[in-house]
Amino acid sequence: MPKEFKLPETEEGTILFNIDPIIIKDHYEIDYIHSYAQDSPFFAGLSKGKLLGSRCTACNYKYATPRSHCMQCGQKTEWFELPLEGSVHTYTTCYFGSEAFLKETPFTLILVEFPGVDTFLLSRLVGARPEEVRIGMPVKARFLRLSKFRATDVYFVLPEEAPAR
Amino acid sequence: MRPVYMISGGITKFKKAHPDKDFRLMVKEAFDNAMADVPHLKADMIDGSVGSYFSDHFTRQLKAASMVQDYLGLCPRPSKRVEGGGATGGLCFQAAWEAIASGRMKVCLAFGFETMSRVSTWKGNEFIAHASDTNFDYPVGGFYTGYYAMMVRRHMHEFGTTVEQMAMVSIKNHKNAFYNPYAQSPMELTIKDVRQSPMVATPLTMLDICQMSDGAAVAILASEEVAKKVCPRPVKVTGVGCGTDSMRMADRPRGNVILLPHEKEEDYKGLRYPGVHSFRGGRMAAKLAYEMAGIKNPIEELDFIELHDAYTSSEIQTCEDLGLCRYGEGGRFVEEGNPFMPGIDYGLKLRKQGKIPVNPSGGLLAFGHPVGATGLMQAVMAFWQLQGTIEKHLGNDRLQIKDAKRGLIHSHAGTGTYITVSILESI
Ligand SMILES: [Zn+2]
Repeated sequence: MPKEFKLPETEEGTILFNIDPIIIKDHYEIDYIHSYAQDSPFFAGLSKGKLLGSRCTACNYKYATPRSHCMQCGQKTEWFELPLEGSVHTYTTCYFGSEAFLKETPFTLILVEFPGVDTFLLSRLVGARPEEVRIGMPVKARFLRLSKFRATDVYFVLPEEAPAR
Repeated sequence: MRPVYMISGGITKFKKAHPDKDFRLMVKEAFDNAMADVPHLKADMIDGSVGSYFSDHFTRQLKAASMVQDYLGLCPRPSKRVEGGGATGGLCFQAAWEAIASGRMKVCLAFGFETMSRVSTWKGNEFIAHASDTNFDYPVGGFYTGYYAMMVRRHMHEFGTTVEQMAMVSIKNHKNAFYNPYAQSPMELTIKDVRQSPMVATPLTMLDICQMSDGAAVAILASEEVAKKVCPRPVKVTGVGCGTDSMRMADRPRGNVILLPHEKEEDYKGLRYPGVHSFRGGRMAAKLAYEMAGIKNPIEELDFIELHDAYTSSEIQTCEDLGLCRYGEGGRFVEEGNPFMPGIDYGLKLRKQGKIPVNPSGGLLAFGHPVGATGLMQAVMAFWQLQGTIEKHLGNDRLQIKDAKRGLIHSHAGTGTYITVSILESI
């Protein structure tokens, strides 16, 4: 065995912002193995052009964003098909955003209200000018042809027959 | 339950970045400030601590509160970390209260910090957006300002709240911060300045929103026996309350308003509550705290409020949740001048200026919002107000509320998922 051990030198180096105090760039990233678990049918539904909500088997409360147990009474819910048309409950147009979405700005977020359904669905409204969006405006679901199995597989547009005022 | 007192508090300056101090040293600085105010309290009299920081993403150091515990020399005494989004500091304060009230400890240190400068503002927004449902909310365009923008849009629709009323909150809190050397963003603004600053998410502009901050704060709570021994002017914690709501804003059910003692059912005929325009958890927290403190009519029985104004809109919404005015009247409540400090010129015509000062410290908008420290900063500011030591601590008395007897602090997480209200009183 050789007497002297020595770590091999590498040339990666470090990005240095500042020397007093020393501030360096510290990289970190990760991929998760993510299961939608009991909510999986919702995402499968999106890939088939369907919006699936949850209906409580005990108290009949209807959820536009699914959950397999009822928030009101704790009982099991069952899947039901939501209508593909709803209206804008509230909205905003984002000119900034989280880093992951900055490149998509400006984008418009809406909470969609469906007739007879007790809760809403968060989605994007596409193809409307920010200044023409209104509370109560009818909107229609559209789906990505190539599903990504993400909540963004569905988005909303203005129905052609009812142009925005 | 045993009576609980706050006997000291300390804060670091809240800043965009503190690269010269890591979180341990920031807390140490706030802790030393607090200890210097109570020389008869020896470090070995502290029975344990509760640590508060929001985000493991920002620290990228799990168990960071353990590193503070050892840095402060408190090992091997009991400690734990409390985490609850934006309400982390308020929850930490109440966890320390629980330790004293239960008799488990005679002296408990509540410490909190956040180091948000470690990533860019937009990456920071991404971290914070992970405090929304990561299956259904975050991927759609997760952005807290977007969520609050949708909530206030609905508040405007229901009640006629205006962007000018929101801008007045910004003017107030930034101007208050002018007299607070610990604050991050003192500014003198006009309604035009606020409206003309860059639009972030309609209708919220850059000046409607708090910034990312680095900072730390501590509060020391004690039993009556210790408080009377070591502190010439302890402040009693007479009420604590906490409320919650669904993680997803889209899930907010619609029912009846939770009434406070001074309200009647007919005040709210036809109002579908909370919808996305109001914070049911905030109302619940207030109701519980008022019941414990014996408060029947908050606006008449409180002298000041430090509340969680991450957005100008959420200050208006929270004034309603706390029952300072009825639901729907928050915008006018501000416009009339009620929550402004008396004796400060804001460049606005205010008919009822100073009725009940809200965020005399500058609030999150102008003091800053290093999340885990924020709720404790509010406790420290309330403590100094009730002690009458604002001049001693801030170097001037412009923000001292004369003869303040009773104050309220309010800490708020998510889109209203965890909310705490605590009542402090001078004795
Ligand atoms: Zn049910």
